[in-house]
Amino acid sequence: MTVATQTYAPRTRTFALPRIKVSTATLVLYIAFMLVPIYWLLNMSLKTNQEILGGFALWPQNPTLNNYLVILTDASWYMGYVNSITYVVMNTVLSLAVALPAAYAFSRYRFLGDKHLFFWLLTNRMAPPAVFALPFFQLYSSVGLFDTHIAVALAHTLFNVPLAVWILEGFMRGVPKEIDETAYIDGYSFPRFFVKIFMPLIASGIGVAAFFCFMFSWVELLLSRTLTAVNAQPIASVMTRTVSASGLDWGVLSAAGVLTIIPGALVIYFVRNYIAKGFALGRV
Amino acid sequence: MDKIENNKAWFLVLPVLLLVAFSAVIPLMTVVNYSVQDTFGNNVFFWEGLGWFKEVLTSSRVHGALGRQLAFSAIILAIQIPLGIAIALCMPKRGFWASVCLVLMSLPLLIPWNVVGTIWQILGRTDIGLLGYTLDQLGISWNYARNPVHAWIIVVVMDVWHWTSLVALLAYAGLQSIPQAYYQAAKIDQASRWKVFRYIELPKMQGVLLIAILLRFMDSFMIYTEPFVVTGGGPGSATSFLSIDLVKMALGQFDLGPAAAFSIMYFLIILLVSWVFYTVMTNIDKAEGK
Repeated sequence: MTVATQTYAPRTRTFALPRIKVSTATLVLYIAFMLVPIYWLLNMSLKTNQEILGGFALWPQNPTLNNYLVILTDASWYMGYVNSITYVVMNTVLSLAVALPAAYAFSRYRFLGDKHLFFWLLTNRMAPPAVFALPFFQLYSSVGLFDTHIAVALAHTLFNVPLAVWILEGFMRGVPKEIDETAYIDGYSFPRFFVKIFMPLIASGIGVAAFFCFMFSWVELLLSRTLTAVNAQPIASVMTRTVSASGLDWGVLSAAGVLTIIPGALVIYFVRNYIAKGFALGRV
Repeated sequence: MDKIENNKAWFLVLPVLLLVAFSAVIPLMTVVNYSVQDTFGNNVFFWEGLGWFKEVLTSSRVHGALGRQLAFSAIILAIQIPLGIAIALCMPKRGFWASVCLVLMSLPLLIPWNVVGTIWQILGRTDIGLLGYTLDQLGISWNYARNPVHAWIIVVVMDVWHWTSLVALLAYAGLQSIPQAYYQAAKIDQASRWKVFRYIELPKMQGVLLIAILLRFMDSFMIYTEPFVVTGGGPGSATSFLSIDLVKMALGQFDLGPAAAFSIMYFLIILLVSWVFYTVMTNIDKAEGK
């Protein structure tokens, strides 16, 4: 396998190697496996439905942007994106706002029940949304919040608040405590210290936590679909309904899929060094 | 880091506590409530005791779903963990190509789960999908909507595609944190590549691998959206995992009692696994002196 050709010291890669390394070949194959399905979706989205069903082709013969045009001009489609972004942003802001002080408390202090509370948060991150779908539906219906953005935003705090607390705590415990103490000696009040000194220090942590809150809320379907009908219907739900209802327009469906990948693809480069840390709840 | 004992820290945690209590405890209490009561409609409930639990525990439908779920999670872990480690070992250590690998490999992780389902639903079709078409041309009568084995293959391959990068990224992060001195010492000792892996890299990756296993187990244990889009739990109930079955029961048939009892047992399993993980992780942290 890969092991035979690895060297231990850091090496400078030269591209004039006489033979292809096994490790490189494995990596290239794996990345191809990652990209081919995404390429196929892109390929589909650039074809008309007739072309898709008419014959098999590895790339679009007459590339067309019509499918994207359909989505961007039809309110029932593009409102799906607007709804999704609305509740995702609400959820991200809400999650970060409550998670920041809590993560600070966990990273700096011992207090009654802190370990239990921290564990309890983890169990909520791990809780299956399927368990909560029905009770959420009834809860938000009974308080008149069914089919509103705030309902989905609140429901997603179930897993995003714990996620944000754990990630932020992971970043905060890397900040030396002496900084806090110095600031207090210099006469900073806690809120002023937190906003003026501490938050800039963990800016990258806040960014990573925001990114992951955004992502996990963006990719979730079960809860957002259960809690909405028409007014706050997310794009994911619009897509599944179109599949079952209108005779499968593969081109438009693919275009809708490609558009949902864009937000993640845009920011991924900036958080590339923190992806592992974020997914691992700040524990790496 | 030494922490200061200060119970006033509770005020900082209070907002989280209230919010999560609202979005987790209240719904969970509803579930507990339903699990011990029965109704004939009109919001009239009467005490049922542990009847639903007995029914669910002896239900062959739930046993089937649990069996499929455990099999699925086991297959996923058996494929993704070794593959993820292997990929991480292949990645360049730093520089431009490392960034390129990170970005390209992360892409599947950021795709909405229903779109992941859509991608593989299309890809697996024999008329328009690359995978299905290729298999068809090779003379394999491929039909994931009819054949349970094919349905399983496509769901497993989809999950490998979707989540292996997570394991690879975590393992890679673990590898990055190993100081060069360890490798140099191994070189002086003329340790073989396998020994370096077995006695240096693997122990040093212990912590991240534990997290990878936990996350992959948990997320595969509650998988819903992707198989729901691709196979809808079928053919028959061949790919109805726990969440799919539960949603069918709770929102499809509105069997509140059994669904609630089912939910509680589901949740207890999750709780147990999380607790084991949390304990092991805290012990590792202590051993490393964090």
